[in-house]
Order: sequence, then C-alpha cells, then structure tokens
Amino acid sequence: MASWKSWAETATISAAALLATLALFGGFVALRGLRPLDVYAALFTGAFGSWFAIEETLTQSAPLMLTALCTALPARAGLLVIGGEGALVVGGLATVLAGVLLVDAPAPLAVIAMGAAGALAGGAWIGAAGALRHRRGVNETISTLLLNYIAIAVMNHLVTGPIRDYAQVLKPASWSIAEGFRIGDIPGTGIHWGLAVGVAAALLAYGLMRHTTFGFAVDILGGNVRAARMAGLPIGRMILTTCFMGGAAAGLAGTIEVAAVHGFASSSLAVGYGYTGILAAFLARQHPLAVAVVAILLGGISASGGLLQRRFGLPDAATLVLRGLLFVAVLAASTLYGRGRVFRRAA
Amino acid sequence: MNESSLTRRQVLRASGGLTGAAALSALLPGLEARAAAKPMTVGFIYVGPKNDYGWNQAHAVAARKIAQLEGVKLIEQENVPETIEVEKVMEGMIRQDGAGVIFPTSFGYWPHILKLARKYPDVLFVHIGALWKEGDPKNTIGYRGYMEEPHYLCGVAAGHASKTGKIGFIGSKPVYFIFNNANGFILGARSVNPSLTCHVVLTGDWNNPVREAEVTQSLIDQGVDVIVANVDSAKVVIENAERRGIMSCGYHTDLSELAPKGFLTGAEWNWAAGAQFVKAWQTGGPYPNLLRGGFRLDMVALSPFGRAVPETVRATILKSRQAFTDDSLKLYRGPLKDNEGNVVLTAGQVIANDDNKFKLAVNFLVEGAIGKTGLKK
Repeated sequence: MASWKSWAETATISAAALLATLALFGGFVALRGLRPLDVYAALFTGAFGSWFAIEETLTQSAPLMLTALCTALPARAGLLVIGGEGALVVGGLATVLAGVLLVDAPAPLAVIAMGAAGALAGGAWIGAAGALRHRRGVNETISTLLLNYIAIAVMNHLVTGPIRDYAQVLKPASWSIAEGFRIGDIPGTGIHWGLAVGVAAALLAYGLMRHTTFGFAVDILGGNVRAARMAGLPIGRMILTTCFMGGAAAGLAGTIEVAAVHGFASSSLAVGYGYTGILAAFLARQHPLAVAVVAILLGGISASGGLLQRRFGLPDAATLVLRGLLFVAVLAASTLYGRGRVFRRAA
Repeated sequence: MNESSLTRRQVLRASGGLTGAAALSALLPGLEARAAAKPMTVGFIYVGPKNDYGWNQAHAVAARKIAQLEGVKLIEQENVPETIEVEKVMEGMIRQDGAGVIFPTSFGYWPHILKLARKYPDVLFVHIGALWKEGDPKNTIGYRGYMEEPHYLCGVAAGHASKTGKIGFIGSKPVYFIFNNANGFILGARSVNPSLTCHVVLTGDWNNPVREAEVTQSLIDQGVDVIVANVDSAKVVIENAERRGIMSCGYHTDLSELAPKGFLTGAEWNWAAGAQFVKAWQTGGPYPNLLRGGFRLDMVALSPFGRAVPETVRATILKSRQAFTDDSLKLYRGPLKDNEGNVVLTAGQVIANDDNKFKLAVNFLVEGAIGKTGLKK
C-alpha cells in the first residue's frame, strides 16, 4: 500500500519539477521573442522525433548512464562523489594502453581486456578517494573533484608526449587501438554497443542494491552511519566497494568512448559526460534504474541542442540553461517529499 | 484591400529584390548566376562561440554575407567539438534541415568531412584548411586566404607608428602560416624602418588567454609599442595593449572596437569568398576543389584604419594593397636572410605570391625577428 503511494508521490513531485522547468525555460525563450511551444516541439523532434534523432539520443545517453552510476552508487552509502569525469578519462587511457599492448591478441579477448582495464582504472581512481575518506577522513567530494583535474592533466601529458601518435597532426592524440578492436554499432542501428553496456550496468547495479544483503547494508550505511557501526557492518569495505564500482562504471564509459567512438585518447574524452552524469544521478534520486531513464532524457536534451540552434538561432548554452533549470527544480522539489498529506493519509 | 495597394506592395518587394541582387553582383563580380539559383540551405558549424572576436566570428560574418545570396537559407551551430560530434551535427543538418552546402569551419573537422562526403555525394562540404588533395571526394572543397599579405600592410602601419622601433608578434602554433604571417608583418614594418625589430613569441596553443595576456605584458615591458596576435581570438591581447597605451593590429575579423585609441588596422579573412562555391553548387556550375588566394582573388581583407593612422600612411598602405591586387608587389623577394643569418633568397630571386610550394614549406623567421621558430631543422 505504502509503496504505490510513494510512487505516486515521486511521480507527482517529478512532474511538478518538470513543469516548473518548462515554464521557466519558456520564459527565457519568450524573452528572445520565440514561441515556447514551437521550441518545445523542436526539442521533442530533435530528441525523439525521428529514428535518426532517437539514435542520437540513445548514443548520447550511453556514457551518461555509466557516469551517473559513479555518483549514484557511492551516494547510496552516503558519499557525494563527483569524480566521474576523471574516472572516465583514466578509464579511456587504460583502454588505449590495453588495446595497444594486446595488439596481437584475438579481438574478443582484447575487447574484454580493454573493458577490464578501463573498469579497473576507473575503479581504482574513485576507490582511492574512498580509501582516503575512510582511512584519513578526506572529504570525498573535494578529493574526487580535484582528481578530475589530475586525470585530465595526466591525459594531456601522456597524449602530448609519452603515448602521442605523431601521425595525427590535427591535434595531440594517443596511439590508436587496432581497427578490429573497435566495438561497432548494434546491428541494424546507428547506436554503438555502449548503450547495451550502460543498460546492463544499470540493471546489475539495481539488482545488487535492491535485492542483495550487500545493497541493504549499504542503504543502512547511507541512512545512518552510527546505526551501521552499531550493527557491526564492515563500513570501510562497503565504502571502498561502492566507490570502486562507481568508478568502474565511469571507467567503462571511458572504454566505450575510446573503443566505440574515437579509437584513441585525446582531449575529446573530457567533454563533460562526467559532470552531466552527476546531474543524471541526482535527477534519478540515486536509483540505478531511474538513472538509465534520466540519462536518456538528458541525452535527448543534448541531442536536440543542435536543432534549437539551427531552427531558432538559440545559443549553444540554451540546452545548458535547460539542464541547469531542471537540476535546480528537481533539487528544490525534493524538499517537498513527505509534505503532501494526500500521500500520507491512511497509509 | 484594393488591387492597387497589393500591386504597390508587389512592386516594392520586386524592386527590393532587384536592389539586393544588384548589390550582390557588385559585391561578387563575375558570379552572376547563369541558371536560376536553386533554393539551398547552407549550414555553418563553428568550433567555438560565433561572437568570439576571432576565428569563429570571421566565419559568422561570412555566413551572414552568404545568407544574402538568392535562395539561400542559413542555419548555424556553434561550440561543436572536433570529434565524431561534428559528424552528427553535419548529418543532422543534412537529414533534419535538408542542408545542401555545409561549411564546417574548424581545421580538425577535416577527417570527419571526408567520411561524410562519401556518404552524402549530393551535399557540398567546404573546409577552410585547404587540405584537399587528389583522390579526396569531389564534393569537398578546401580554401584559404594568404593572410601574410594583410599582415604586410599591418606591418607598414606598425613601422610608421612605432616610436621605439620594437614591435611584437604573438603566435599560437609553430606552423607555416603563422611563420608566413609573422614574416609578412616584419617585412612590411622593415620596408618603412629597416632597423626595426620584432619580438616573436609562440604560446603553443590556439587559445590560451592567460598566457597571451602574460606575453603581452612582458613584451610591453620590453619596450614593444605595436603588437599583433595570431591566436584564436586576439581580444585579450588587444585589450591589454590598449590598457597599457600601446598600439595594436587586429586578426581574423574587424576588431577596431576593442581599441578605440591604439588600433591601427588588421588582417582579415574574407571567407565570404565561399559564396562562389554555393553559387556553383546551386547552378551546377564548375568549382575548384582547392583554392588559395590573397588580395588578388579577394580572399583576404584589411580592417578599417584606426585614428592613430595618419592620412599619408593610409594612402601608402592602400597603394601597397593595390600592388598585391595587381600582383606587382611580391612578399618574398631577394636578397632575404632569415634571423639566424642564413640566406633564404639571393638578390634578384623572387617568389610568386601564389607559390604554394614555397609558402607551405616556410619554417623560418625573416631577419629582424627576435625569437625562434622552435622547430628542429
């Protein structure tokens, strides 16, 4: 009984946040002399209006699902990790190194190794922040934020020197992985396999967090550290594990960016998927399945950004404004939980 | 509504169109359509914001001129990275907006253009790197202006304006066209004052405002009193120069508004020359796949003079510009030494202004430059 009521509460509050966002954004658009409904129509067309648009939306959403898990999983243990961007970058670097080292290996083996390398590197990266938090009390939000800058600096160093491919003249980039190691598109679509990886990771995370004692224990830790300690839960191990899993997800996003999109590491890896992932995790209220849905929504906003520019002359920042408004509206709306009496009566 | 008012409106509209067409054919001599121009959606893609006082703005200015062509509808998208993203944007323009000509205006878009050009043979892709070579798709074009020519004219202005005999050139990457521009600037300045020197500093990045500001300050501290910057956006450099009370020249597009006191003139692209490709694509006419040119082909331009340039100097500069236009002035002519004392050209040796083989291989700074190319030879 309580469960459908809480679903109804979530749905109502989310819808209210969405409507508030659209109203505010409509105001901005109207200030520029455009008709908000026209813009919303184009927003929909650009995101879901054609197969071409849907392909683009889903492609954009794949890395977001994974980087969102980087924030969502540790958040269940009560940690605020914002290091998805850095984990993605080191994951991408590790992928390139694995791919180049295993150049003579059979392709399926190499692809698995590249994925493992990406996940391990990303996991270790955020896991280190988890360890610092547990052993030294270093604030994980600050440390993961700073680790982003370190990751990007390390990448810039490597691709402009030690692993630079001088045959790529247009910009500094690393060696490329073999053409046979590229993971292509899902047959019959223009969407690469990264989407399947993202959905699988979200499902796995959901199963782990909702249907295992580990997930239950993590929720206790996230809810009340003292209670968890009193219950004798292995807090350190749980913090490290959730951080590692989150980092591994973002590292896999790096693998996908390298193996499905670029073929090499360069500054093109750090284009903000990690930061948008934080937004996705918060919009999904750290729920692993909701993360996948929200990632598609955000992917749609990114995918339609071009159409808004081309049809209405809106600046590129328009979709950023929309995303920002959405974020603020959802955060503000989250204070409404537990206040709607209709969801409480006769519970 | 009666009949006569309707007629008058029609007449007005028709005459407006005629004036527009007349103005256009005056702007673009020799480009009058032989066949009727097909309606054409033209897409411009920028790597940064289109009001950046630099590279992207120069293209956005051209886009607005091209949009005035008969039958042309302009669509634009900015902040598109040089990744697979630009392929999606180009495909979106083609499939969602029906674009027939696309101007992806960043250097690094080229490999992505080559991929899409094979997939969409009915779309013309015009790129700004002049990287086209035999074997590349016929529906791709590379074009680029000889910016060393307007830099020479900026140099003449700088040579007249400099009191310290020291001027400065801030560059981005150690590549041939940056060296050509520096050389043009120095040769122009030394045609006025043969003992003048020019500090040449490369920042190493297309876009690094902090370093650009530092270099500007340091050059001014060393006594430089005219400066030009070959970076993505010269805004920071010019504003710093203006604040410190020295003079500056612009780059990419008209930057005169940034420095009301110290602006001399500037080297501008005329990317609107790309209108000829749109025209050709509309009418099925012929077009070159590779086009490089300077003032003679109207592919570069000079910014309006600032008030620091006296009338007599303006006349000299305009005379030199005319000399480039009628090809009587050659940029590289002997005797010419580089700044390490090596002989580049002996007396009497002259390099044609459109000698691409020579210009693309330029890896030296001419005599009078203080600074290094940073290249290993």
